[in-house]
Amino acid sequence: MRYRSAATAGTSSPSATPGRADGRQVRLTLRRAGKHALLILGVVTTLYPVLWMLVSSLRPDGQIFGNPSLLLTTFHTENYAYGWTALGRPFSVYLFNSALVVIGSIIGNLVSCSMAAYAFARLRFRFQRPAFAYMLVSIMLPVHVVIVPQYILWAQAGLVNSFWPLIVPKLLATDAFFIFLMIQFIRGLPKELDEAARIDGAGHARIFFQIILPLMKPALATTAIFTFIWTWNDFFSQLIYLTDPEQYTVPIALRSFIDAQSSSSFGGMFAMSVVAIVPLVLAFALGQKYLVQGIATTGLK
Amino acid sequence: MSVAELQRLTRRSGRVRTPQATPDNKAALAFLGPWVLGALVLTLGPILASLYLAFTDYNLLQNANWVGLANFERMLTDTRLHQSLVVTFTYVLVGVPGQLAVALGLALLLDRGLRGRALYRSAFYLPSLLGASVAIAVLWRLVFGGTGLVNAMLGLVGIHTTTSWIGSPDTALGTIILLHIWTFGSPMVIFLAGLRQIPVELYEAAATDGAGPWRRFLAITLPLLTPIIFFNLVLATINSFSSFTQAFIVSGGTGGPSDSLLFYTLYLYQEGFSSFRMGYASALAWLLVLIIGVFTAINFWLSKYWVHYEN
Repeated sequence: MRYRSAATAGTSSPSATPGRADGRQVRLTLRRAGKHALLILGVVTTLYPVLWMLVSSLRPDGQIFGNPSLLLTTFHTENYAYGWTALGRPFSVYLFNSALVVIGSIIGNLVSCSMAAYAFARLRFRFQRPAFAYMLVSIMLPVHVVIVPQYILWAQAGLVNSFWPLIVPKLLATDAFFIFLMIQFIRGLPKELDEAARIDGAGHARIFFQIILPLMKPALATTAIFTFIWTWNDFFSQLIYLTDPEQYTVPIALRSFIDAQSSSSFGGMFAMSVVAIVPLVLAFALGQKYLVQGIATTGLK
Repeated sequence: MSVAELQRLTRRSGRVRTPQATPDNKAALAFLGPWVLGALVLTLGPILASLYLAFTDYNLLQNANWVGLANFERMLTDTRLHQSLVVTFTYVLVGVPGQLAVALGLALLLDRGLRGRALYRSAFYLPSLLGASVAIAVLWRLVFGGTGLVNAMLGLVGIHTTTSWIGSPDTALGTIILLHIWTFGSPMVIFLAGLRQIPVELYEAAATDGAGPWRRFLAITLPLLTPIIFFNLVLATINSFSSFTQAFIVSGGTGGPSDSLLFYTLYLYQEGFSSFRMGYASALAWLLVLIIGVFTAINFWLSKYWVHYEN
């Protein structure tokens, strides 16, 4: 960041009078300390609810409410044991279902979007311009416009209450945003590479698999991690398509906690909410670089 | 993506007939096959179907009957729709600027020279990652419930109450707006990237001319950042209109108390997938498109007056 506050601007400009620099130094240190204090306060405030959830999930059920502190005197895991089985099926069923949808979606997006992006970025074909314009417009399209007819379609195919309505759209590259992301990336790759390969007799399949794909790993990583987060968090479409408890994913299972639980057993709901966000935090820890790149360059959420 | 970028991209893709290029129609069909199928069957087809259904009384069980403008006439007198518009507009008009203000403020604080900058950024970004999840909406119910975290904290300072913030029509929407503001991390990251684009020489020149920090902020940082603010504003506005999960979970799917959490998409869901009035739900979806379109257009129109483009 290039914006210089008075503090850093002061240190970067050489100070001519050493005598005055001492007083200034103290002021700068104070100022910097104040800034850190402010930021730390901000971080604590921001993360407090999440930390409170974590701590509360490890408290005995009766002690969760009315206790705002983050201090844990005893360590109880019974909320986890209880929550894991509270919904009739072990929570692992829902985790497995979510994992299945997520993996299917990631594979779908990686394969279909990279292929489409290669065509848009490197090939010349009929109707290219209207196709490209349609692709861009479809990024902006709210899902609500298509959800009713899509639902009717899947209902007629007898595939409501399966994972297909959630995965097939990804296999068919309907997440146009990622196509756009990859097009931008491919356009940044030197065309000479393709041309050299073409002179060596490589066809488009070989150029795509052996040259472009290996070079676009960062774009693929960004796509994979955002697909993971969005699919893991997706509630709207999973709510619509999955009504059989056997098919429930984690968000739908958490929701049925709210419907089913009396207020006396919030502990289990808390514990399973923690379980639900652990994969997100892990993805964040492992893929931070690609996450930040993705947001900063394209405005992904 | 910005408008300029969009235009540049469409222009570039439009350069189809370059002299040396022989069309790659066959290869393109192979690479674009999945996308074409998806575009026809899962988006374009449904768009047209939705447009048709908006003029019918389709309910999933019986065949659709053409009802002309009846669905749109119903909108005029549908008080729950009007309530959902009030709720959603309030959410967008308060939540979006609120979130961007926090994001911008923190981005400015996270000076490049600051120690631990990456750590702060990660900590502030985390809520953006979690905010859309059901787990956090569940947490919000417990934080703002009658015996939740907020009331417990108020108890510490001597304010004893067991009134649920999410159970009261006056405060329920406020908690969801707060949840939206809480996810300020992603616009903050975009602001940070934008700040990095501002040439440091400008600040040095301004400092030499005797401009203080506040003056430098007003004359350099803010104007040069307006395109990024605009970009964030357009994006956040579009996304906020589709907000669904939090209101659904916090209200238990009802939109209550007293429809104070009846977000537009929640109402659409209730009409389409609880009452199975799919014709009406389709009409509602198109009204949403229209509203988002109008808001985006207004944003672009207003941008003439405050967004600074360097040329």
